[in-house]
Amino acid sequence: MCVCSLCVSAPRAAAGVGGGNDFQWCFSQVKGAIDEDVAEADIISTVEFNYSGELLATGDKGGRVVIFQREQESKNRPLSRGEYNVYSTFQSHEPEFDYLKSLEIEEKINKIRWLPQQNAAHFLLSTNDKTIKLWKISERDKRAEGYNLKDEDGRLRDPFRISTLRVPVLMPMDLMVEASPRRIFANAHTYHINSISVNSDHETYLSADDLRINLWHLEITDRSFNIVDIKPANMEELTEVITAAECHPHQCNVFVYSSSKGTIRLCDMRAAALCDRHSKFFEEPEDPSSRSFFSEIISSISDVKFSHSGRYMMTRDYLSVKVWDLNMENRPVETYQVHEYLRSKLCSLYENDCIFDKFECCWNGSDSAIMTGSYNNFFRMFDRNTRRDITLEASRENSKPRATLKPRKVCTGGKRKKDEISVDSLDFNKKILHTAWHPKENVIAVAATNNLYIFQDKMN
Amino acid sequence: ITAECAVDAQSLISISLRKIHNSRTQRGGIKLHKNLLVSYVLRNARQVYMNEKYAEIYRMQQYEEVMTVCNEIQELDPLDVVSGGAAADECEDAGVAEQQQCCAGGMAGGQASLCGAQPCSLPSAPEEACKTSETLFYRSCCAEPYPPPPPSPCDFSPAHCNKTTVLDLDTHVVTTVENGCLHQDCCCTPLQPCSSPSSKKRKVSDYSGCGYYAPELEDVSVDPAPCKRAKLEDCCSDCLVDLDTANISNLISIFGSGFSGLVSRQADFEQAFNGQFCSKQALASLGAWTRAIVAF
Repeated sequence: MCVCSLCVSAPRAAAGVGGGNDFQWCFSQVKGAIDEDVAEADIISTVEFNYSGELLATGDKGGRVVIFQREQESKNRPLSRGEYNVYSTFQSHEPEFDYLKSLEIEEKINKIRWLPQQNAAHFLLSTNDKTIKLWKISERDKRAEGYNLKDEDGRLRDPFRISTLRVPVLMPMDLMVEASPRRIFANAHTYHINSISVNSDHETYLSADDLRINLWHLEITDRSFNIVDIKPANMEELTEVITAAECHPHQCNVFVYSSSKGTIRLCDMRAAALCDRHSKFFEEPEDPSSRSFFSEIISSISDVKFSHSGRYMMTRDYLSVKVWDLNMENRPVETYQVHEYLRSKLCSLYENDCIFDKFECCWNGSDSAIMTGSYNNFFRMFDRNTRRDITLEASRENSKPRATLKPRKVCTGGKRKKDEISVDSLDFNKKILHTAWHPKENVIAVAATNNLYIFQDKMN
Repeated sequence: ITAECAVDAQSLISISLRKIHNSRTQRGGIKLHKNLLVSYVLRNARQVYMNEKYAEIYRMQQYEEVMTVCNEIQELDPLDVVSGGAAADECEDAGVAEQQQCCAGGMAGGQASLCGAQPCSLPSAPEEACKTSETLFYRSCCAEPYPPPPPSPCDFSPAHCNKTTVLDLDTHVVTTVENGCLHQDCCCTPLQPCSSPSSKKRKVSDYSGCGYYAPELEDVSVDPAPCKRAKLEDCCSDCLVDLDTANISNLISIFGSGFSGLVSRQADFEQAFNGQFCSKQALASLGAWTRAIVAF
């Protein structure tokens, strides 16, 4: 499928977004407590599919990681085909206290990134504000029985009682999934880590905080290379911070980072050891007529993601999503308005801190569609070919199995039509910041506060 | 920045300061990104608020001084006032162009948008003054940078205290009237030769360094008060320096020094913070100046 913006395919009748003709999204599952009282620790802070889509990981504010695994197709239970069930749960990070700076370090998981699978075990990187950890998730379905020196319950046997020698035998057991921390990458970031990204060489990864980006080797924990440093000599001259960073999906020497000023810099690690000077600089000129008190805030980029093809990248700022062609630096090739009706509400959103919300965005497997979240548990999808967009809602009311999701619409002014919701009725506490799209299929995971919704297409 | 009323700017300043204050006690430490964004809002709001205040104060001040000049002119001996055809022509044009000119003149280097959005709302008094004296002159500051230049024939001195230096807001010409004679004033630039009969006109922006009106918020540097006061004191008692002019000079000095404190970097207000919301303090003291000017 051609993914360049110049090829606009002919409009299809009743075509949905993200798929082919007559495509519709349906509710599949919801994970998490139904309770109205949401414990802060249960708030989901990151969602990520692994490379095959078989596993889905979530991190929360309490420092826990929950991994879901997709059920295999089974004739016995045809309805549960493709369902995600809990595979492993573990405490990744704990709250810490930096005694030197008298700072508490939150245990909230900021990002999870899977490593490509190389053997039976699965590996992922999880990070909080200061420390990155490499976790190994492995299955154990056999157990050794018949030890010489200890009983089956583990008690040591009296050596004098041992009269024979035997070889322990592996016996099947109930499947147990173990998560163990294999590497801890600590003490490399003075500021808060906002991104981690695994390189295409599968050996290195980068981590970014507000002012610096470090390059790590997955095997080496006691040192890292600093590849970007934008800290000014005098902190009073600080004008921008790094907000997100990502490695190119194919070129292991290329990465990008976005800034709070709405700019993106592409860097080539072959050019210099310290990539303070960018190879490409992406910025769209500001429209002076739309200048307001909050222009700087809403232009700050909250997420940057390369397309799977590596030809494009997508950025999310407060009100819009932009698709950039890596070969064109002066403006994006596509701009999608997520919730333009909020532009007149910026003052209130500043007061209640919602204007600082960091929305993420994601591509579908074929790069033909993009998705991002909004308020009132709405999330938006844009089809890049048909230019159609759709607003859907993640709510318990629409949680009947296989129920088709009805498109939602926000009324921006004038008479409110039936089924429309007015801007003033939006619940700004229900925000969808984190979404993920299955790498190959039309399955999406949407985090709504403490609940994880999974939607799939009707075909599935 | 789109036109926002000063009230919104004021509340945004309070809100922003509160956010910065709260961030110090938030779990996880100070969020650099969020505080940076808040500081941008603070800067934007402060700019708008200051522009509004400046415009307001300038309007009030100009009105007061025009009234002062009018009163003075009525007391002056006609021989001491510039008269002549050229002045009369200027006066006729004054009524028409003066509204824009006074704004532009006073705001040299300032926010042009402010002028555009809010035309000077000078009362009709200047026109009345014009009719009375056939000129619209404005008692300027001594138009002399500090330190004072070496004595020159046109310098103020007790022997010449019957001189009047005036600034024409229409033509932006500074003239010194001496015993009824008119010649170009050269006090502004000490290096220039004195009593040049050239009709060179100096824009008001030349006088920005004198600090009469601070065009840039960050450039309030020269305090003209010392040199002005020195000049006034040098004048003999029968000098026609009006009491009101001296008071206005004092206001300018307060204005200048006060605003330099207010426009200093954010770090200052954070130092002075200590858990209090100093926006109210800063803005309250601003109001005090406004009230002082009205009182004069």
